[in-house]
Amino acid sequence: MTESGFDIAGLEAGHRPVSEFRYEKRPVVRGYNDRTLYVNVGDGRIAEKPVSADMRAKFTGGKGYGLRLLWDAVNPSTKWDDPENEINIAMGPVCGNTNYPGSGKSLVVSISPTTGIPIDCNVGGYFGPFLKFAGFDALEVQGKADRDVIVFIDGDDGVVSIFEAPGEAVDSHVLAEQMVAMFARDEKDRQHISSVSAGTGAEHALIGCLNFSFYDKRRKVARLKQAGRGGIGTVFRDKKIKALVVRYSGLDVSSNNPADLAGLQETGLKLHREIVTLDDQQCRMREIGTAHLTEIMDEYDLLPTRNYKFGSSPDSPGLNSHAFSAMVTHGLPDGCWYGCTMACAKAADGFELATGPYRGHKVTVDGPEYETVAGCGSNIGVYDPRVVMELNFYCDTYGLDTISFGTSTAFVMECWEKGVLDSTRTGGLEMTWGNGPAALELLHRIGRGEGFGLVAGLGVRGMKKYFAEHYGADPKLLQDIGCECKGLEYSQYVSKESLAQQGGYSMALKGPQHDEAWLIFMDMVNNRIPTFEDKAEALYYFPMFRTWFGLQGLCKLPWNDIEPADNSSTDEPAKVPEHVENYLAIYKAVTGNDLDRDGLIRQSARVYNFQKVFCIRMGKGRRIDDWPPYRMMGPVTVEEYESRADRYDKQLKEQVGIDPSGMGTPEKVAALRAYREDRYEKLLDAVYKRKGWNREGVPTVETLHDLGIDYPEVLEVVKPLLV
Amino acid sequence: MITVNGSPHPWREGMTVRDVLEERRFTFPLLVVRIDGRLVPRGDYAEAQVPDGSDVDVMHLMSGG
Repeated sequence: MTESGFDIAGLEAGHRPVSEFRYEKRPVVRGYNDRTLYVNVGDGRIAEKPVSADMRAKFTGGKGYGLRLLWDAVNPSTKWDDPENEINIAMGPVCGNTNYPGSGKSLVVSISPTTGIPIDCNVGGYFGPFLKFAGFDALEVQGKADRDVIVFIDGDDGVVSIFEAPGEAVDSHVLAEQMVAMFARDEKDRQHISSVSAGTGAEHALIGCLNFSFYDKRRKVARLKQAGRGGIGTVFRDKKIKALVVRYSGLDVSSNNPADLAGLQETGLKLHREIVTLDDQQCRMREIGTAHLTEIMDEYDLLPTRNYKFGSSPDSPGLNSHAFSAMVTHGLPDGCWYGCTMACAKAADGFELATGPYRGHKVTVDGPEYETVAGCGSNIGVYDPRVVMELNFYCDTYGLDTISFGTSTAFVMECWEKGVLDSTRTGGLEMTWGNGPAALELLHRIGRGEGFGLVAGLGVRGMKKYFAEHYGADPKLLQDIGCECKGLEYSQYVSKESLAQQGGYSMALKGPQHDEAWLIFMDMVNNRIPTFEDKAEALYYFPMFRTWFGLQGLCKLPWNDIEPADNSSTDEPAKVPEHVENYLAIYKAVTGNDLDRDGLIRQSARVYNFQKVFCIRMGKGRRIDDWPPYRMMGPVTVEEYESRADRYDKQLKEQVGIDPSGMGTPEKVAALRAYREDRYEKLLDAVYKRKGWNREGVPTVETLHDLGIDYPEVLEVVKPLLV
Repeated sequence: MITVNGSPHPWREGMTVRDVLEERRFTFPLLVVRIDGRLVPRGDYAEAQVPDGSDVDVMHLMSGG
């Protein structure tokens, strides 16, 4: 036994080498290695690949590289569990910079088990930056192993190895610690080790996530950040990968070998000062991270409660940010990468688990972030922060996405309420609103791959099909209340009163995650984008701008969760112009290349449209795939309508031109629905036109040509659809 | 009567920007407030008077996500 409590020698005795690859170590040059690493866990091949000049010019890095490599690896009939599917982790030129907050993100792409199209996740932790400084701009993992394997990238010695690893844990909070104990050469070296892992839940559910670790030397614990959306953890365990591990110990402020280190530091210092000075008066990210949003969303009727039926609850104060602030440890540097003064990765230490296989253990829980509070709290009617914290912990260590688990559980609870489910169908679980113990037990059953846990683990789209086929449930009802689009569960905002956000969610390429656009305030509260054209412009600019973070390896949060003191006096405060200028400055400081605002959007537009065509190539990405469930557009039920009857009656009268007096509620629900669905059709038309797509949502040849991505293989996908 | 983000809102004597924000339950911290196009600094909300008939624009910036 080691000091860590693990029998590392015993674990190592069970290892069996599969293959090894030695490579020449080279310094990063202005943010790029210009090579990627290919690992096939099925046949043991390991190789480095050069990055072509065209790939660098057109795809920039990060998500762009990941998608380009994935396109070349798969074919139109590839399914998520086919061996040719890949998990690609790519960083981008700015990634790894320690001078500007939020510069340590990795972008992960794969063909998703729940959507069948490319999914992308932006995740913190040390793995991506260490991999980059180990020598590679991206890691491409293909194949399926017969037995559990670990891939170890030793960036200090220039060796990549695959070995069978039968004894290591699967659940991430244990495995990440084992990897640190196994590969760190001494105490100081622990912070140089980072791993990627999933968990036992990811073996039994389609909603698996990946955990990227970072060793917190003050807490002396390996902490976890999630690449949550779309089931990449499920792909990971299907490939029988236990962990990807990297070691790199040479990090310093110039590891990116930037073109202008002094300029980079100067721009970074400006933001450091801004955050330290203003954050406690603005979003309190340093105190409690994104969980500060809970009470704000509740106040604006945007916090999902009871499967997105409503946007607020009298019980919501139980989940407000102060409740979680009292549970997390303060005064520690909580950045998920070095140099991030925003430090929003909060953690509760010594949290004693009340349920499950680790019951009684005292653990460090990373989070919860806002999405987890809403998904595993208000949306399922749970207002006990300890239950939310425990769901958060187990989702993470089981390798399950808290957003998809929350939205799926909310759907289960509404199906229970509507009589689709009963205890004979759930294996005795009383899935009533607010039943935290039942939600935890459901989660453990997913972890064990047992009974109704296997059904819930299918996610919302899978459950809709299952309930219709096995229980005779009404497919139309299930479609209306099952909050998924393209197969991905919605993230945690009520979009009923914002047409622009309905589009921001449902037109998002990978499915309804809000990382392309969050327009609810701009649309619903500020009333700033009243026309279809205004909304279309916002649904062009923000998805393009926000895509850029994923090309560079940047976090979105330091863009607009902090603002300069004089931001109010700028002509477009919603875009935070000074921060946009910062991004152009750090891009130039790292790469040496000039970039203006138009160039930034153009970098993104290339990759965005490439991803759109990729979705079409895989069988989705058409107009029909951008249609939301009505629950995300308006009141499905009489109960929902009558809860906000004044609002809806007023809309019928003033917007639809119908006098609601004398109408029954079902009639009013139907009239409002017809109006809202018609407006959504018009929004689709306006947005597609603005993006240079045809009425079916297919990029035109002119659009692809203008962006310089009119490759033969790309045109081959769209041309038959443009006639 | 005043207008707040395009919709009518009752006015009263001595009304300040903070009053408007409280009555509309605008609790989000990242706001940009303009009265008839004139920017009101964030530190002045408690004192800044809102004249009858004015057009108050309360822009909520984005955060989260």
